[in-house]
Amino acid sequence: MVVPIAYYLILSAILFSIGVAAFLIKRNIITVFMSIELMLNAVNLTFVAFAHQWHHVSGQIFVFFVMVVAAAEAAVGLAIIIAIFRTRNTLDVDQVNLMKL
Amino acid sequence: MYLVLFFIFATFCVLGALNLLLQRHPINSALSLIVVMTSLAVLYLLLGAEFLAAAQVIVYSGAIMVLFTFVIMLLNAGEEERTRGSKAAYLVGFPGAAAILGLLTFVFLSEKTPLGAARLGDYLVSTGDLSKVLFKDLLLPFEVTSVLILIAILGAVALARKEQS
Repeated sequence: MVVPIAYYLILSAILFSIGVAAFLIKRNIITVFMSIELMLNAVNLTFVAFAHQWHHVSGQIFVFFVMVVAAAEAAVGLAIIIAIFRTRNTLDVDQVNLMKL
Repeated sequence: MYLVLFFIFATFCVLGALNLLLQRHPINSALSLIVVMTSLAVLYLLLGAEFLAAAQVIVYSGAIMVLFTFVIMLLNAGEEERTRGSKAAYLVGFPGAAAILGLLTFVFLSEKTPLGAARLGDYLVSTGDLSKVLFKDLLLPFEVTSVLILIAILGAVALARKEQS
């Protein structure tokens, strides 16, 4: 029994679209950040599926580097969120609309 | 059996992502994101990427999501308020996301036969194969990422530190 590669790609398209929708309608800055992670994961699935299709290892190398950069990005992003919360006492993106305090 | 496994974990992925979208409390969203990431690890395993499946569990659903839940609890983030949000996001965002999904699904389904199919175990990338490429051909990028991580750690500490005044 086989699974068409197209099914994996469609699953990743579904996850990416849900990530885009969550990014746009969520109001909490942490949840917005989590939807970015969801989009990164969806793209990773595409890379692995194509690496499997082409029988080539470089797709998986891409995913490895995406994971590394995502870890760095999560650490810096969450530090920025902590800094925002400390100065403004809110996590609502609607209220973080001024660069000046 | 392979198809059944794929559909079970694909369903978990989609349900977890939808739950992330629908829950109002960030901790619920974080926990459903863990479900998505762990199911994706199983899908990587089905595609023969054993190292990436392990890394997905350790790095994503381990380290990154622990960081997220830690920050949610540290900041005591409550339920998000039901605000009107931005009109543009609703008017352009949902149709846009639906259009992307529809277009991609159409393209993938029309190219279904040329894209081929995955059989369980027909192409397994072992950790050895991956590390041969990583440590021979891509040694410089690999070392550069370690510098990137170091800078990220320093930046995170500098940003999250309390101001001494």
